[in-house]
Amino acid sequence: MITLEHYLLLAAALFSIGLFGAVAKKNAVAVLMGIELMLNSVNINLVAFNRFLMPSQLVGHVFAVFVIVVAAAEVAIGLAIVISIYRDKFSTEVDNLDWLKW
Amino acid sequence: MSQAIVFGVLAAIVLGFGLAMVLSKNLVHSAIYMAVTFIGVAGIYLNLSAGFLAAMQILVYVGAISVLMVFGVMLTRRGDIAASNIFNRYKLTGGLMALALFVILGRLIFTSSWNLSSFAVPEDTVSLIADLMMTDFVIPFETAALLLLVALVGAIMVAKGVKNTR
Amino acid sequence: MIENAWLIPLFPLIAYVLIIFLTKKSKGISVGIALAAMIASLIVSIGVLVETLQKGITMEAPYQVAVKWLNLSPVENITGLQIDMGILIDPLSAVMMFVVTSIATLVIIYSIGYMHGDPGFSRYFAYMSFFAFSMLLLVIANNFFEMFIGWELVGLCSYLLIGFWFEKPSAAAAANKAFITNRWGDFGFMLGIILLFINFGTFNFTELSQIVQQGAGISAATLTLITLLIFAGPLAKSAQFPLHVWLPDAMEGPTPVSSILHAATMVAAGVYLLARGFVLFQGSPETMLVIAYIGGITAFFAATIALVQRDIKRILAFSTLSQLGYMVMAIGVGSITAGMFHLTTHAFFKCMLFLGAGSVIHAIHDQDIFNMGGLSKKMPITTWTFVIGALSLAGIFPLAGFWSKDEILLVTHEAGFTGLYWLATLVAGMTAFYMFRLIFVAFFGEKRSDHHAHESSPVMTGPLIVLAVFAVFAGWAMVKMGYGQMVYFGHPHQAEINMGIALISSAIALFGIVLAWLIYYKKVIDTDVWAQKLRPIYALLWNKYYIDEIYQWLFDHVMLGLGWLFNQNDRKVVDGVADGFGDTIRHTGGLLRFIQTGSLQNYALVIFGAVIIIVLLMATPVLGGVIK
Repeated sequence: MITLEHYLLLAAALFSIGLFGAVAKKNAVAVLMGIELMLNSVNINLVAFNRFLMPSQLVGHVFAVFVIVVAAAEVAIGLAIVISIYRDKFSTEVDNLDWLKW
Repeated sequence: MSQAIVFGVLAAIVLGFGLAMVLSKNLVHSAIYMAVTFIGVAGIYLNLSAGFLAAMQILVYVGAISVLMVFGVMLTRRGDIAASNIFNRYKLTGGLMALALFVILGRLIFTSSWNLSSFAVPEDTVSLIADLMMTDFVIPFETAALLLLVALVGAIMVAKGVKNTR
Repeated sequence: MIENAWLIPLFPLIAYVLIIFLTKKSKGISVGIALAAMIASLIVSIGVLVETLQKGITMEAPYQVAVKWLNLSPVENITGLQIDMGILIDPLSAVMMFVVTSIATLVIIYSIGYMHGDPGFSRYFAYMSFFAFSMLLLVIANNFFEMFIGWELVGLCSYLLIGFWFEKPSAAAAANKAFITNRWGDFGFMLGIILLFINFGTFNFTELSQIVQQGAGISAATLTLITLLIFAGPLAKSAQFPLHVWLPDAMEGPTPVSSILHAATMVAAGVYLLARGFVLFQGSPETMLVIAYIGGITAFFAATIALVQRDIKRILAFSTLSQLGYMVMAIGVGSITAGMFHLTTHAFFKCMLFLGAGSVIHAIHDQDIFNMGGLSKKMPITTWTFVIGALSLAGIFPLAGFWSKDEILLVTHEAGFTGLYWLATLVAGMTAFYMFRLIFVAFFGEKRSDHHAHESSPVMTGPLIVLAVFAVFAGWAMVKMGYGQMVYFGHPHQAEINMGIALISSAIALFGIVLAWLIYYKKVIDTDVWAQKLRPIYALLWNKYYIDEIYQWLFDHVMLGLGWLFNQNDRKVVDGVADGFGDTIRHTGGLLRFIQTGSLQNYALVIFGAVIIIVLLMATPVLGGVIK
């Protein structure tokens, strides 16, 4: 019997994979991809909670929709920034983006 | 039983292609693996009887975001594409960190007790979601619309660059 | 008229503002404004004096008007602060204002001639007006705080006027000396009035006098401390030993400045303060004793120095010191009547002597009396007014100085200070001797140098003649008008002429004059030989008891040593601690800045590491977690 724990475990695994990608990759586009994975795992969580805890109300779905909207906006802006930086520095490596340092 | 098999297959697809996406050295391959992962997630949604979300997942993630990613890769390509997606110096620490997080989350999931509901999922989810969107969540809905507009304009401005007119 | 008394200080202030800001360019208008303001003040103060006498305003029942100037109400256990700006008219202040305004008027008229052609002409009259304003504010004040304001302004004006020819290094140095010496006294005075307010809760003279006379609720020791601190003010301002050093150097200013400084404004302030605050001083016998002996010592000590000086203005300066000693001594033995009487008469003849000296200096451009000689034929008015002034100063009957000096000797004798009485009598003889030494050397005898003296213009001799009239008649007139009934403390005390004392002092003064005549006119004794024989004493007196040198030594060794010590303390200890803190923080910051890598992924790692640690903490029961 597949129940809530399985879905949550799947989401947790997906989140960890996304985190690994976001932290350990050099390319900024790959970092964005990792973040997308993390957002997806959150969506799985939302839908799974909705399905198993209060199936008659679809609030979890609505939240998931909003997360998707925000993810889409984030990707659009993120890629725009990456392109803009690339034009400036001819690099998409996150390690080079250390202007926050003193 | 069949549900368990479907879940197993879908989970394997999602995790397998997710891992492949992270581990691949080729950024274009990564993008394709990501698209497959998203399709797997859409399958998970269907398994959770969330048909509308599954459709949205396919449309937005697979249709739009993956394509955007590919465009991003294409526009910033430089040097050998086969070594375009390598790890940085945090490979080991990041991996350990992710593993530790997974272990902790897993432990928390299994030690928590959930108040499961026995209700069935309504047949028609789309009209219910629409109802919620237009009643209780109308303000977040409109705000999301605004956010998308701002993101659209902002992305154009940032990517295009503003001409220096003093 | 009396209700308009507040105008008296106001006129010179207006003159000062107008001259400084508007009419500085035009010399004629500036002088006109200064003179008009002083005459207006003089008229008002004469009116006030007359009305004071007519209306029977006495020392016990003064006329007083005040407005609140600063009012801090008490909060919980913090005492409030009430400071008034007001006027206090009683015979003491009325007479004093008359003296100040009349002398200031005459000096301003005289200065028109003396300062003619000076590049700072307008500035001079502005300062003079401001000087008069400061002194009048000090005189008219009805509380110690207001008086202190006037007191400080007087000090400032003396600085400006002594250093009027500031391009001369010696003048600039003298101005500094006067200002710094006065600072010592003013500091004591300020501490005194602060202590006064702490103990009595008021600055007001009349309120203070009521409190003290009803039996002050404070110990005798506190009162002695307060009065001694306040006495530090007159000590510096009235140039009493040992803070007298500035007054002889103040001769660097223009001579009319010396004149007004010595007669009416600056040095009189100290004696006036002693008279005004007498109710406090008489409460402490110890302080009175100190005041009396300081006065007596100053009188004697300055007179001995004056015996050997050669500079005409310096002789007069030391003579002023000596006479101020008389006044302070008189107040110290308990008679403000005698002190203020002598202050008034002395103001007239000392002012005149200085103006006469100024007239001489203006004529021959030299200040050494041994370079003069034979001036009596060339400058008759100056000479004879000067002789009148000297006779008055020497205390010869019936000139003004006789009455007031006799009064001082009398009260000293009556108060039982026999030692001080004989000292003062001796000083009277010395005064006569050195004044007539000056006259016989400078005005009579043959010409000692090739000078072309000529009588000064009427604008300068006019004030001399007016002052000579005062110097002759002021003493007798004031005794007849009953000065003792006007200015007194406690109960009126009219000094009757004591024939014994009057005869002794007159005889000694005449002896001094005759001695001077024999030595310097008849030349029966060769002064150079005697100066050789008495070499050590002569050198001691000539160098003013080496007090300036002692101060210089103290400054070089003690003050600079202390300064070096404090400098080292500041640099090494204070700066060390402050810099130490700064260095430590900067160093720590320098080390800590390396945790800011600027790498996004590093930050993300830290964030998730922190999340893991927080979750672990929350999930571990040993550490206070909630999850099993």
